[in-house]
Amino acid sequence: MEFFSFGNIIVYIDKFIKFINSIFFVILIIGISFALIISPVDYLQGDSVRIMYVHVPSAWIGLSIFSLIAVSTMLNFIFKIKNLFLFVKSLAPIGLLFTCLSIVTGSLWGKPTWGTWWAWDARLTSMLVLMLFYVLFILSLKYFKNNENLTKILSFLSILGIINIPIIKYSVEWWSTLHQPASIKFLGTSSIHSSMLIPLFLMLLVLLLYCALIFLMKYKTEIIKIKKRNIKRL
Amino acid sequence: MLTKKIKTRLLFLISIVFITVFFLIFIYFNLKQNILYFKTPSEIFMNNQIERNSMIRVGGMVKKDSILQNNDEIRFILTDYERELIVVYSGTVPNLFSEDQGAVVEGILNDKKYLIADRILAKHDENYMPPQMKKILKENAK
Repeated sequence: MEFFSFGNIIVYIDKFIKFINSIFFVILIIGISFALIISPVDYLQGDSVRIMYVHVPSAWIGLSIFSLIAVSTMLNFIFKIKNLFLFVKSLAPIGLLFTCLSIVTGSLWGKPTWGTWWAWDARLTSMLVLMLFYVLFILSLKYFKNNENLTKILSFLSILGIINIPIIKYSVEWWSTLHQPASIKFLGTSSIHSSMLIPLFLMLLVLLLYCALIFLMKYKTEIIKIKKRNIKRL
Repeated sequence: MLTKKIKTRLLFLISIVFITVFFLIFIYFNLKQNILYFKTPSEIFMNNQIERNSMIRVGGMVKKDSILQNNDEIRFILTDYERELIVVYSGTVPNLFSEDQGAVVEGILNDKKYLIADRILAKHDENYMPPQMKKILKENAK
């Protein structure tokens, strides 16, 4: 447990931030050049397929961050682990950012391919609901800051929100939607050609590194805030 | 590790999860029809009360060699490989709209087989590949 004390962990966070900073721009340049220049155009959509390299990873990240913070909030509610609360607090805005990014890029992609910016089909609507849950989550973090019921409110939101996650995932299979079915499955082959899969996963790596960078910075700030409060009390 | 307090909180949480899942299933079965973004031509054929003068969305494939283009009107057949629907539309179509591709049309049903469209959306599938690859696939199919 000594390792996880706040004083120790700050040193490791700094080291980790420096490490990510040193490799981030190299991977970013490789990923962007693969996505924008090296990868081929699509046989049907032409160049607009390149929006996929931002749209798909950011949607994945948005979904997985919500699952993460929902599970951690519930664990925090049951076992009262202070660290998990800081974890959730610093991760939630990043998830909101990427969910918004996937909605905006999806809308930019929808105009040249489908012919509309927005359609009220099951996938798009459930994604909008996810964004609203993020907004509610962050608003209750801000407004009920000193309320003793904060974890109860947050766990309630995460229960409601986490049920939405499988609905988003399977919406394109359960109902007839304008959005096409998933190209990449957990099991089985993907229907994206390998020359397009490489930039997709490179961009996923880039965005994940970016997430980690922002998260570590925010987590460090939260720890410093707590330390400062303790110093005042002394 | 599981003290009494933790156990009560755990039970509380699990019961809330079950109640919400129950409610969502209830809502789901009530909304089932409204969640569908479009109907297929066969569903329109089976449905005996067509709502005249109300907007309806129909999705399917654009039949091969069925697009007829006049000066200000486009006319094509939408099919789900069982039933067909004639669609008339005046306006610009999206880039991806073409034969043998999916499309969703929004408009007023005149007859069970005739739809006057207000808006056409193109639907594409989940396959992405470079043009050369598509050529090879086409040649192999022959």
